[in-house]
Amino acid sequence: MLSRVADSIYWMSRYIERAENLARFIDVTFNLMLDMPANSNEPWQPLIQASGDHERFAEEYGRATQENVLKFLTFDESYPNSILRCLYSARENARSIREVISSEMWEQLNLFYHNVRNAAQAKDQILDSPIEFFQEIKLASHLFKGITDSTMSRGEGWNFSRLGRLLERADKTSRILDVKYYILLPNVSDVGTPTDDLQWQAVLRSVSGIEMFRQKYHGITPQRVVQFLLTDRQFPRAIHYAIVQAERAVHNIAGTPLDTYRSSAERRLGMLRSEFSFAEVQQIINNGLHEFIDELQQKLNDIDDAIHETFIEMRPVTTTEEVAAGQTQSQG
Amino acid sequence: MATIPAYGSAAAVSFNNYQTEGFYDELFDDNGQPRPEAQQLVGRINSLMPGELLLRQGAAEKLLLQMGITFNVYSDGQGTERIFPFDLVPRIVAAAEWSRLEEGLRQRIKALNLFINDIYHDQQIIKDHVVPHWLLADAKSYRAACHGLNPPRGIWCHVTGTDLVRDKSGQIYVLEDNLRTPSGVSYVLQNRLIMKRSFPQIFDASRVRPVGDYPGRLLQMLEYLSPSGVPNPRVVVLTPGVYNSAYYEHSFLAQQMGVDLVEGRDLVVKDGFVFMRTTSGFERVDVIYRRIDDDFIDPKVFRPDSLLGVAGLMDVYRAGRVALANAPGTGVADDKVIYAYVPQIIKYYLNEDPIIPNVPTYICADDEQRDYVLQNLDKLVVKAANESGGYGMLVGPHATPEDRLKFAGLVKDNPRNYIAQPTLSLSRVPTICGDHFEGRHVDLRPYILYGEQIFVLPGGLTRVALRKGSLVVNSSQGGGSKDTWVIED
Repeated sequence: MLSRVADSIYWMSRYIERAENLARFIDVTFNLMLDMPANSNEPWQPLIQASGDHERFAEEYGRATQENVLKFLTFDESYPNSILRCLYSARENARSIREVISSEMWEQLNLFYHNVRNAAQAKDQILDSPIEFFQEIKLASHLFKGITDSTMSRGEGWNFSRLGRLLERADKTSRILDVKYYILLPNVSDVGTPTDDLQWQAVLRSVSGIEMFRQKYHGITPQRVVQFLLTDRQFPRAIHYAIVQAERAVHNIAGTPLDTYRSSAERRLGMLRSEFSFAEVQQIINNGLHEFIDELQQKLNDIDDAIHETFIEMRPVTTTEEVAAGQTQSQG
Repeated sequence: MATIPAYGSAAAVSFNNYQTEGFYDELFDDNGQPRPEAQQLVGRINSLMPGELLLRQGAAEKLLLQMGITFNVYSDGQGTERIFPFDLVPRIVAAAEWSRLEEGLRQRIKALNLFINDIYHDQQIIKDHVVPHWLLADAKSYRAACHGLNPPRGIWCHVTGTDLVRDKSGQIYVLEDNLRTPSGVSYVLQNRLIMKRSFPQIFDASRVRPVGDYPGRLLQMLEYLSPSGVPNPRVVVLTPGVYNSAYYEHSFLAQQMGVDLVEGRDLVVKDGFVFMRTTSGFERVDVIYRRIDDDFIDPKVFRPDSLLGVAGLMDVYRAGRVALANAPGTGVADDKVIYAYVPQIIKYYLNEDPIIPNVPTYICADDEQRDYVLQNLDKLVVKAANESGGYGMLVGPHATPEDRLKFAGLVKDNPRNYIAQPTLSLSRVPTICGDHFEGRHVDLRPYILYGEQIFVLPGGLTRVALRKGSLVVNSSQGGGSKDTWVIED
C-alpha cells in the first residue's frame, strides 16, 4: 500500500474518532453539570483543560462559559481540533483515498461532514438544545465505523484505519477520565457521596459503558471505574482493549508475529500493552492517576511518531541512485 | 449548487407544448413529432404522475452531492463544493447514426496516431507538402524531447475525447480532438448510474447500450502497454493531486480499475525503473495512466519547476521500462491549426475520405483567409490554437464591438495562433427549466480507447449549455450534462 494512502486512512479514522470523542466530552460535562450543586462554578473549565489547548482558548475566548466552550470545541473553524475541523480533515483525507475505501464509507463521511457544516450555519439553534446534536454526532461516527467494518477487506487499509481509531480512542478515554479528575480535585470531601456516584455514572455513560460496567462490577466505586476504563480487556472503549487491538493491527500490517518486533512501532506498542496487562489499579491511584494518564498520553504520542517513522515517512532514495545522479551531472 | 426549481411541486412537466423553435432538436423532428428512437421516452415522460419528474430531478441532484461528485470552489477557504449540474432528460442517438460515428472516430484516431508518429520521426507528411513546414515550428504543444520516441505498441493517443457538434442542417462535425488528457468520462458513468437509480421504470424499457465496461476496457488497454515480460503489470493513475479540478475523475477511475492512484511524490526513479513508495518499501510500476500535462511530468526534461512529476521518468520511458498513456508529445495534434488539416491527414495516411467532417475552418496564417476572418468577425467564432475549456475564444455574433476589436488585434499580431469557424447553430435537447421543458444547446464527447483494438464507448458525455441561448457548454461557464443513450440495434 502507498505510504501516503496508509497515512490518509490512519488520519481519516483518527479524526472521526476525535470528533466522536469531543461529542462524548461535551456530553459527559452536560451530564455532570445537571447533577452538580447549583453553586459550582465553571463546570466547563475542565473540558478545556483536558483538551490540552487551554492557553489558546483563554486567549481567544476568555471565560469558559458553556457557549464559549461549545463554540470553541464544536464549530471553531480556526481551531484544528474542533469537531467541524476534525470532520473537514477526515473528509479531506478520505477524498484523497476514495479509490481504496468503499463508496459507502465515503458517502457516509461526506454526509456526516455536510450535516455538521450545515449545523454550523445554525449555531445558535444548536447551542440552545445541544444534547441531541451531540448524540447525532456519536451515531454518525458509529455508522461510519459499522460501514467500514462491513465493507472493507481485512487488509492493510483496514488495519491502518483501526490503528488510527484505537490509538485516538485510548488517548481520548484517558482524557475523559481526566475530566472527572479535574472536577473531583477541589472536592475531595465528595468522595463516596451521592454526587460522586452520579458523577462516575456520567463518566461511564459518556463512554457508553454504564451497562457493561454494571454487569461486571454491579456497584460503582471510583477504583472500579478507573479499573474498568484503564484495564478492561473486553470493553471496546477501555484503554487496555484499545492498545491490545492496536498492537494486533500493527502486527497484521507488517506480518510480524506477536511478542516479537521488527520496528519501533511494534516495540513501543508491545511495551505499553504489557504495562497494561500487568497493571495494578490501586497502585496507579496511589501514585497519582493524573500523572499516570499524562505519561500514557506521552507514550501514545511516541507510538504515533513510531508509526509514522516505520510506515509513512518518505525514505530517502538509496545511495546508488544518488551517486549515479551525481555522475550524470558532472559528466553533463 | 444548481437551483432546484419547484422542488417537489405537483407541476406536470410534459412535452405537450414543447417547441423546437427552428433549431435541430435531438429528440423531436421539425414538425414537433418525437423522432422514432425518442418515441418511447417521450411517451413515458408524458405519462408520469404530476410532480414526479421534478421530484426525481431534485433527488438526482441530492444524490450527486451525497456521492461527492463535485468540483471545488476554493474562494471561501473551506472549499465550497458544487455539483456539475445534471439534467434528467437524456440525449438519444439512433443505432444507425451511432455506427457511422463510431466508424468515423476510429478512422480519425487511426490517422492521427500515424500523424503523431510521423511528426516525431521522419516528418514525411511535411516533406510531401501535405501540411506546411511552419506548422510544427510554431506549434506550442510540439515536444522536441519526444523526437525519435517509440512508444509501446506504436500507440501515442491511447485515450481520446473527441468533441462532436451538430448544426441546424443535422450534419455532425468534429469540433476538437482532445488527445492530451481528456476528462469527463467519469460523469458519463455516474450520470448513467444516477439515471438508473432515479428512473428505473423509464430506463428499463429503453434498449440503451451499456457504458459500465469502460473502466475494465481502460485497464485492459493499459495492461496491453506494459513492458514485455512483466507477468502481472502494475498500473497506476498519476494525478496532480486533490486540488486539481478533475481529481474526482482520477480517483474514480483508479477506484473502478482497482489500481493505485499516485501523486508525483509517491513515485521515484531508481536503478533505471519507476518505483512507488509503499508501507513495505519500493514497488515497481509498469504502466502510468498520467493525468498530468506533458510540461509537468518530468522536471529533468520539461518544466524544471514542476513539483507534480517524477524526475527521470522520461529516461525510463525512453528505455521502454515504463509505459505512459497518453504518450508525451501527443498534444501536438490538439493544436487547432493542425486540426484544420486533419481531413488532409486522413487522406494522406489512410487514403480515405473523412467520414465525419471538420467544421469549416479558416487558418489565419493564410493571408487570404485571414482577410476574410477580419472582415467577418461578427459572424465567426475565433479560437486561439492552444486554449481549451472555452477560454481564448471570441463568439463573434455575441461579442461586443470592443471584444471584436481586441481579437482583430490579437489575430494580426500572431496569425499563426488563431483559427476561425462559422458560428454553428448547435442542436438542442429538451431540458427541464423551472416547471417546463425548453430546448438547450448541446455537444457530444465520445471517448475512444486505442489499445489492441480501437474501442469507442457507446454514447459519451453530452454537455448542455444551461443558459438560455448560450452556446458555451463548458462546466466552468454554466454548462451541465445529460446522459447519452445509444439505442441498441
